[in-house]
Amino acid sequence: MSAAPWKAKVDDIITQQGRVKEVLLPCLGAIQEVSGYIPQPAISYLQECLDVPSVDIYGVITFYGMLTTKQQGKYVIRLCNSLPCHLNKSENILRVVERKLGIKAGETSPDGKFTLETVACLGLCDKAPAMMINDKSYGNLTEATTQEILAELNG
Amino acid sequence: MSSPRDEGWLIRVGLASCGIAAGAKEVYNALSARLGDKGLGVTLKKTGCIGMCYNEPLIEVVSPRKERTFYKQVTPDKINRIISEHLIQGKLVTEWAVPDEEINRLLAKQQRIVLRNCGIIDPESIDDYLAVDGYKALKKALSTMSPDEVIGEVTKSGLRGRGGAGFPTGVKWGFARKSSGELKYLICNADEGDPGAFMDRSVLESDPHSVIEGMLIAGYAIGASQGYIYVRAEYPLAINRLELALADAKKAGFIGETILDSNFSFDIKIRQGAGAFVCGEETALLMSLEGRRGMPRVRPPFPAQSGLWGKPTNINNVETLANIAWIILHGASVYSKYGTEKSRGTKVFALAGKIVHGGLIEVPMGITLREIVFDIGGGTSSGLELKAIQIGGPSGGIIPASLMDTPVDYDSLTQTGAIMGSGGLIVMDETSCMIDIARFFLNFIQKESCGKCPFCRIGTRRMLEILERITEGNGKKGDIELLAELAQNVKRASLCGLGQTAPNPVLTTIRYFRNEYEEHIYQKKCRAKKCHALINYTIIPEKCTGCGVCAKYCPVEAISGEKKQPHLIDSNRCIRCGLCMKVCRFDAVSVGSREENA
Repeated sequence: MSAAPWKAKVDDIITQQGRVKEVLLPCLGAIQEVSGYIPQPAISYLQECLDVPSVDIYGVITFYGMLTTKQQGKYVIRLCNSLPCHLNKSENILRVVERKLGIKAGETSPDGKFTLETVACLGLCDKAPAMMINDKSYGNLTEATTQEILAELNG
Repeated sequence: MSSPRDEGWLIRVGLASCGIAAGAKEVYNALSARLGDKGLGVTLKKTGCIGMCYNEPLIEVVSPRKERTFYKQVTPDKINRIISEHLIQGKLVTEWAVPDEEINRLLAKQQRIVLRNCGIIDPESIDDYLAVDGYKALKKALSTMSPDEVIGEVTKSGLRGRGGAGFPTGVKWGFARKSSGELKYLICNADEGDPGAFMDRSVLESDPHSVIEGMLIAGYAIGASQGYIYVRAEYPLAINRLELALADAKKAGFIGETILDSNFSFDIKIRQGAGAFVCGEETALLMSLEGRRGMPRVRPPFPAQSGLWGKPTNINNVETLANIAWIILHGASVYSKYGTEKSRGTKVFALAGKIVHGGLIEVPMGITLREIVFDIGGGTSSGLELKAIQIGGPSGGIIPASLMDTPVDYDSLTQTGAIMGSGGLIVMDETSCMIDIARFFLNFIQKESCGKCPFCRIGTRRMLEILERITEGNGKKGDIELLAELAQNVKRASLCGLGQTAPNPVLTTIRYFRNEYEEHIYQKKCRAKKCHALINYTIIPEKCTGCGVCAKYCPVEAISGEKKQPHLIDSNRCIRCGLCMKVCRFDAVSVGSREENA
């Protein structure tokens, strides 16, 4: 079995910062970023390297909204559900995305391309309603521009 | 070091998240390509957020005679005309320029200390920061002041924590300094998460070195050797620029061993959050830094005595730290001239919601809310009557239009039932339903409660259920009283700031808008026409031309009718998204209370 892509990252962090419990969150963040989720072998590996019981690792994963043990889509859509976005009818944008992708918030499309999440404030309140797709921000969304953005990613 | 550019034209492009989300990168690339092959001797510069986020993408053209012009909502296809008319022929493109009156109006009442460099320097260049007196305060502190003198100066300035609670910064530093122990930590709390707040994001993206310099001075003052910046993962650009700034500061010798030949050594690490709002609470943040679930712990002991890994720890917010270098450089007496007796200095606010000039502002304390919303913010974007503002996020409260003359200082705002908070200010007009707002915040708190304290975990859930049934038209007699009672209990029985302040939005809406609660409960009426269960969309047959546009747009096919005949909305199918009303060119769609329109 070839080494999983997350392993190099984890080894990097541990070499740089030491085998301390403190690096658990940075390691999990890196695994999440590389793999799109936190696979079981990664948890076992961390358990061994950092000497942290797996139950604690699961505890940390389930506490933080951005960490998950479920495989995520290639594009993770984070639609802001904060008050300024709410005042600017973000629920209509949610409906457009849900309809276009055929999935509900919290789900991943069957082809593994999209994951849709509603999240707390993205800090793009002056551009409400807003969303992020992976690391890119989109603001002043309308039904039409949202459709265009999705069509581009689907293309 | 970069040479000062006195000659030639300068163009700045705002490339903070607010600009980039509006398309500023494309504008920058187009400008870069265009200027590259023209050889006009124009300096093109990336910068952060100038604060006029509503005008993004925004570019600033500075003439050789230092005349500054801002162009708003610039797109790549506008660039040629701006270059050929303004830079070559020397004529402003007035229809795209931000009018002078607008800029004067925006800036007249502002005082920029924290935002002093935002939108002016390139956040990715340490030379730019050095050119505006960057790291001079650090030099001054290390070479001419003892740690106690630094703490004395900050105490004298009257600076209070800008994260929300407003504890005097100098006093806090004093506690950490007095704590015994070789190893101490200094933490910058950049886990900004209040809905409607983006001050810290903007400062980190636009002027990261000012925060780093503040941390170094704070570290020196309390005797810390290790610093952490805990920043939320939702801010990738801020993290990028911080990493770059840290690397540059290390290279320049401002971070590391024996800084500037003093005996002060300090290192800074960045730690990312992972999407948990409660981690902005300082003890939860410490838990998260230690690699654990971010659940608050009991105080005392306070972090100053026993913080990260049980060591003395001082935690300051981004905005607080961004003030420090300025205070050390200019002196506490200059800083404390701004503001009121108990709330010195300035405060940054993020204006959002239904406001004309949404963006980032910095004002002296003591200014009234009215001045912020109307003089600087330009009033409501809809042109409708102002109804209320929400300040301080989920810990804050709603302040009605009638109290707009309240001065902005810690104590006056607390008296209204709200709090200063971190600086999010959301403007609401008549179309906002106050019960819906209260429900919104409770829903947020309910999701973000860590679950440690039963009253915060379960009490807020019960409160949310009551608010939900009120907005759904199933409110009962006694609901308001029950809400108020639960609110008091949640406040009293919660360990951390999140639970203790969670009921504020509910309590303030009951205090100022009790009549709206009563209308929802007894008359099943939502005057803001927001609560879906209490409203109906109908088509006015006399006005409808039967064009069919609404039917085409309706996402749930609830509208039917023959061509050129008045159409009809099927109320059972309608999801009340309001799209038909938006697309109708004949004002033929009306929204009303369920009863009235039935």
